[in-house]
Amino acid sequence: MFVPGNNPGMMADAHIYGPDSIMLDLEDSVTMAEKDAARLLVYNALKSIDYGTTEMVVRINPLSTPYGRKDVEAVVKAGVDVIRMPKTETADEVRELEAEILKVEEEIGAVGRTQIMAAIESALGIVNAYEIATASKRMMGIALGAEDYSANLKTNRTPGGAELLLARETIVVAARAAGIACFDTVYSNLDDMETFRKEVELIKILGFDGKSIINPRQIEVVNSVFVPTEKEINKARAVIAGIKEAKAKGSGVISVNGKMVDRPVVIRAERTIALAIAAGVISGEEAL
Amino acid sequence: MRNSKLVTLEEAIRRSGLKDGMTISFHHHFRGGDKVVNMVVDKLAQMGFKNLHLAASSLSDVHAPLIEHIKNGVITKISTSGLRGTLADAISHGLMDEPVVFRSHGGRGSAIATGELKIDVAFLGASACDELGNACGVPRSGNAKSICGSLGYALPDARYASHVVVLTDDLVAYPNLPAGIRAADVESVVVVDSVGDSSKISAGAIRDSKNPRDILLAKSAAKVVINSGYFEDGFSIQTGTGGASLAVVKYIREEMINRGIKASFALGGITAHMVKLHEEGLIGRLIDVQSFDKVAAESIGNDPSHVEVSAVEYASGQHTGSATHALDIVILSALEVDTNFNVNVLVGSDGVIRGAIGGHQDTAADSALSIIVCPLLRGRIPCVVPKVTTLITPGKSVDVVVTEYGIAVNPARPEVAEKLRAAGLKLVDIKDLAAKAESVIGKPDALPFGDKVVGVVMNRDGSVLDKIYNIK
Amino acid sequence: MKEATAGTLESGDILIQIAPSKGLEIELQSSVEAQFGRQIREVIGETLTGLGIKDAYVRAVDKGALDCTIRARVTAAAVRATGKDVWKD
Repeated sequence: MFVPGNNPGMMADAHIYGPDSIMLDLEDSVTMAEKDAARLLVYNALKSIDYGTTEMVVRINPLSTPYGRKDVEAVVKAGVDVIRMPKTETADEVRELEAEILKVEEEIGAVGRTQIMAAIESALGIVNAYEIATASKRMMGIALGAEDYSANLKTNRTPGGAELLLARETIVVAARAAGIACFDTVYSNLDDMETFRKEVELIKILGFDGKSIINPRQIEVVNSVFVPTEKEINKARAVIAGIKEAKAKGSGVISVNGKMVDRPVVIRAERTIALAIAAGVISGEEAL
Repeated sequence: MRNSKLVTLEEAIRRSGLKDGMTISFHHHFRGGDKVVNMVVDKLAQMGFKNLHLAASSLSDVHAPLIEHIKNGVITKISTSGLRGTLADAISHGLMDEPVVFRSHGGRGSAIATGELKIDVAFLGASACDELGNACGVPRSGNAKSICGSLGYALPDARYASHVVVLTDDLVAYPNLPAGIRAADVESVVVVDSVGDSSKISAGAIRDSKNPRDILLAKSAAKVVINSGYFEDGFSIQTGTGGASLAVVKYIREEMINRGIKASFALGGITAHMVKLHEEGLIGRLIDVQSFDKVAAESIGNDPSHVEVSAVEYASGQHTGSATHALDIVILSALEVDTNFNVNVLVGSDGVIRGAIGGHQDTAADSALSIIVCPLLRGRIPCVVPKVTTLITPGKSVDVVVTEYGIAVNPARPEVAEKLRAAGLKLVDIKDLAAKAESVIGKPDALPFGDKVVGVVMNRDGSVLDKIYNIK
Repeated sequence: MKEATAGTLESGDILIQIAPSKGLEIELQSSVEAQFGRQIREVIGETLTGLGIKDAYVRAVDKGALDCTIRARVTAAAVRATGKDVWKD
């Protein structure tokens, strides 16, 4: 969930709504005149506020701006989990950021702590998606920024998202090839939950791991689309139990409820269980 | 008309036999739009009365002009359910010599019925009244200006006061029946230009809150209601009017429809939300002591199963037949809850009076399940604290506390806790909630209370529950 | 040092105006004065001391800001007033 980095009221309790990850923004939601103050707000918030188990991400300004390097210093020193780099176009940019992060981590003796998420928001970025996704061991995921991307393509955003077809597919494919996560772009019309739900259902089918949101009211919709149902969880449990049994017996072929279970089915079952655990629907022990 | 009781306000006051030191009473059904209290007290001041005891069912920001009358000795004692605004602030800082006596709605009703609170002259505003004194809060002509719906808090006064004056801005033809205030109880009728500012009496139906915190609290509270063991066909419910409370009704409604459950009645302050459920057939009866908005006010006038009740019939602790005794679930708010589940709804965390007891004590005590819904923090103000600033509702009446940081169940209700846990709700210890609040905002300094008692909080049975001291 | 401001009057924030002066003077207006006035003044003072600022007049309008927000706003105002940033370039 995006939270503007210049709004202390919102930053103080964003986590109570249960988003998986909070993204404090120093970039587009903060005016130039307030970049210095926002950086300090985010730094102090990360250091003092108990966000529980929520993953903390900060979207910094690009290193090409006067703000980027100071943003990196501040958030790494504050102990952020992930730095989101906006408008990523090349693998070199990733490596440049990585070097900057390493510098600060070495200074404070916390090497390797910070991960990176690259937001791809332009045609060039899409073309270089796989290179970006594999540019650093710290890269945990790539995301689509549709506003800037569609402008870059010289078109505009539509409810159906036709203009984003290639971008979405590319990001999912690049992420999977690189073995990292992928996240879809924000949907800003809070009064149209129906279209929002359709969009979340679409991107789930496309293979995205999650969606960026801008308001707690959107959390429930995303969870309800992504969180496995009890039926799906039980099916997954049966598959995994079947595997265990087969392994124990030394049998090569597994069948569950009369259906052949091959590798893709197993992988999907494991993913379902992982999602269920992540959503807190079942505990780690209950899983099996 | 023969035997008309119509007189001017001044004449009504003369006829009443009011003397210095006596008790006058008012209701608060016109809420922030009330004009009756100020109009009458202004006239009494003009006529030279002194040392009067003002026993209103409640007072609000609009009654700030009383400050002058207090300074001039016209009013020297106040009984009420609540105080707000500059009047409350002034009293908290020691304006009055005699402490204000705070009672719940049920408590005031009992006190009036048993004679503990003896009213000499009641000045009751009405939306419509005939020349013999049949008066009501619903529109009875095309000229109706100040509609308020139920006159529940005025009914005990009408019945038990020694002398009753009805003020109205819509005189209608006799007989104005059916009417809650009956002519046999009324001595004088006064027609004035306006008894209340209708734009401030109530809004149109209160809109659903879009505040994500209210929605989160409401969903959580709804889960508690649904899994409490009391959510069965024929259950009864009362809710407050804060954003979270109203939204709870919305989520409960969905589940009522899913399960085919109907409520036998909704009680208390009735809102458009309750009227809607009633009209959909989801709630059997609406038992109304106060109509909070225009929709409710109109419904009570048109629908025989939407019924007006007096404060006594609503919530008196001394009358076992009062409706709260039949109430299953009540959803309430709070300014503060402490680790013993005691609740404060009257005094702010800065020590200044800023609320009202309302029906809090009554509904929490008599209902089968009382649920407090409040945010853990309101800005830098903690709502779950080690000890309440002022005790209004004792912890033994409070069963569940719902905050955005978790749900706490009173250890005295283990069966409720078990049911909620079985439904997958995570419960927390209320001490942990208080500790969490403090860890976020810091430990507040002690408040600068003085030695002067400015308010006394009465229990439902007439005993003193707590004292409010002045703030320096 | 010149005059500088940071913060807003939004709920949960604190508006800090800092100006050169002799000694440290803090003028505070807060909705939670009784409960937290002393602590707010303490945090403002500590933050300035931590930045090596001993002479300043601070006018603060608090809307229920947490300590971390107060520290952030005071630091921002001080940085704007002195031109000396706390981060490297």
